[in-house]
Amino acid sequence: MSSKLDRLSQALQVNVGDRLRTLTTDRGEITIEVAAADYLAVACILRDTADLWFAQLIDVSGLDYSTYGNGGWTGRRFASVAHLTSIRHNWRLRLRVFAENDGFPVLDSLCELWPSANWFEREVFDLYGIMYTGHPDLRRILTDYGFVGHPLRKDFPVSGHVEMRYDEESGRVVYQPVTVAPRENTPRIVREASYGKVGHG
Amino acid sequence: MAEIRNYTLNFGPQHPAAHGVLRLVLELDGEVVERADPHIGLLHRGTEKLAETRTWLQSVPYMDRLDYCSMMCNEHAYCLAVERLLGIEAPERAQYIRVMFDEITRILNHLMSIGSHAFDIGAMTMILYTFREREDLMDAYEAVCGARMHAAYYRPGGVYRDLPETMAKYQVNRFKNEQTVKALNAAREGSLLDYLEDFTERFPTCCDEYETLLTENRIWKQRTVGIGVVSPARALALGFTGPMLRGSGIAWDLRKKQPYEVYDRLDFDIPVGKNGDCYDRYLVRMEEMRQSNRIVRQCIDWLRQNPGPVIVDNHKVAPPRREKMKENMEELIHHFKLFSEGIHVPAGEVYAAIEHPKGEFGVYAISDGANKPYRIKLRSPGFAHLAAMDELSRGHMIADVVAIIGTMDLVFGDVDR
Repeated sequence: MSSKLDRLSQALQVNVGDRLRTLTTDRGEITIEVAAADYLAVACILRDTADLWFAQLIDVSGLDYSTYGNGGWTGRRFASVAHLTSIRHNWRLRLRVFAENDGFPVLDSLCELWPSANWFEREVFDLYGIMYTGHPDLRRILTDYGFVGHPLRKDFPVSGHVEMRYDEESGRVVYQPVTVAPRENTPRIVREASYGKVGHG
Repeated sequence: MAEIRNYTLNFGPQHPAAHGVLRLVLELDGEVVERADPHIGLLHRGTEKLAETRTWLQSVPYMDRLDYCSMMCNEHAYCLAVERLLGIEAPERAQYIRVMFDEITRILNHLMSIGSHAFDIGAMTMILYTFREREDLMDAYEAVCGARMHAAYYRPGGVYRDLPETMAKYQVNRFKNEQTVKALNAAREGSLLDYLEDFTERFPTCCDEYETLLTENRIWKQRTVGIGVVSPARALALGFTGPMLRGSGIAWDLRKKQPYEVYDRLDFDIPVGKNGDCYDRYLVRMEEMRQSNRIVRQCIDWLRQNPGPVIVDNHKVAPPRREKMKENMEELIHHFKLFSEGIHVPAGEVYAAIEHPKGEFGVYAISDGANKPYRIKLRSPGFAHLAAMDELSRGHMIADVVAIIGTMDLVFGDVDR
């Protein structure tokens, strides 16, 4: 298993080389991080180089790091993470890219390379508000028609901003400010590093 | 001369063949589909957001509600993700139990899929046949966890409890006399494993019955052969997995290629299609059920001979036994901490994928060391398949759209999350 990971990380070093910001191997998975400017070029290399041949884009996920580690995060806020699979080599790879602008995150779209990116990127746009340049059809996908905001951002409350009810007087469905009070049953706690480790007192 | 123009048709969200809540905006030229635009999200429940506000353990039942036709497989991916983050492994017996129930789930899912697919395109009897066997397997679900659908049986570190020694039995009432009840209870006299063994013995015959209804059926073939053809290269580019990919002739199955749990010790084959049409995908699903039956059989044999623990003996992850809790202060504290504060998962990220009946179901979990996930991303196979709806249905007749929805095996809990 580990020799396979070594081969993959070597192939990545050879083919992507100086464009890699970081390459980490953790829990049997390889994660590479690239700059937003290199994103599309690196993705192209990953797909087309015979040593890598990542023909399948399995998933694209948005990420909002603003409250990571209870606010200890210093890097950029929004990231897009693509999971790639190479069927020829039986490899998996995680490709992470941070958007440069926290206020208006923009990244390149992978639609040209993998058509499956279409809906995945629409979902990330819907839930996180990351814009993908070059995307043919960047509409909302999971939320309601006319929805305002990006629900998976960490500053969006779980109960939302509006609720919907049927109004007898006007004879239609209306939106009104949400009346549910937000509550937290179990507080979120980050313990010292050794606390959760298996086998520790 | 009359003016000819395309018109737009709303298919769903209340259409019986839409498998739930799919709204499909079809642009038609006569009866030929020019463009299909699926509108999804009508069943969006924000599982990913909810998971961020719950402890690691509290999210397990949410996973059942994703793909509500294959409940335990969803839990499996989630539990694997948590286990990999923690760096633990379930005991061997738990792994066999999980594999056995994964395969039972696969049969459940394919029975539902093939039954409703046939029903959608006009073969009424099929769903009656498949639901008969589904009922038996639902009883197996009920025996281990008490619920017929939303099990919450898999837990990080193993499974909730060992397999039961007795099965629930039918009782005489004003609709069922003693003789009927006796016949119904014939397979239920022993343990769950006896019951499943009886099932695995009669299931191949049931499969033969399904095949007599469909495989050589002229109408079925007319409705499925050559419909929704995907080439192997295109299937890869579109992110297809599972039977959708294997129907196009690519032998890719995570159970063989990236084996998890004990799949590398079991003997089974991976069926692949040739033409990549709806008919081939049906054949693939049919054969997968027979193979799953083989796996269940092997698991039963192993489980009979090898008793042992079914959940890790680590009280930071799994609760202590109840008897111990009553007499041991430390165990009581463990129990209290585990259920009030939850599991603390070390910081990191993993992507755990399993071969779900519909394709690759993955859970991308990120932890920042807290008692709740920082982010859970659920990769559902149906989402990627439905994204190809436009490409697959373009140029087909409107009735073929129903066949394509059926072959994709869509479940909206899974697509919309």
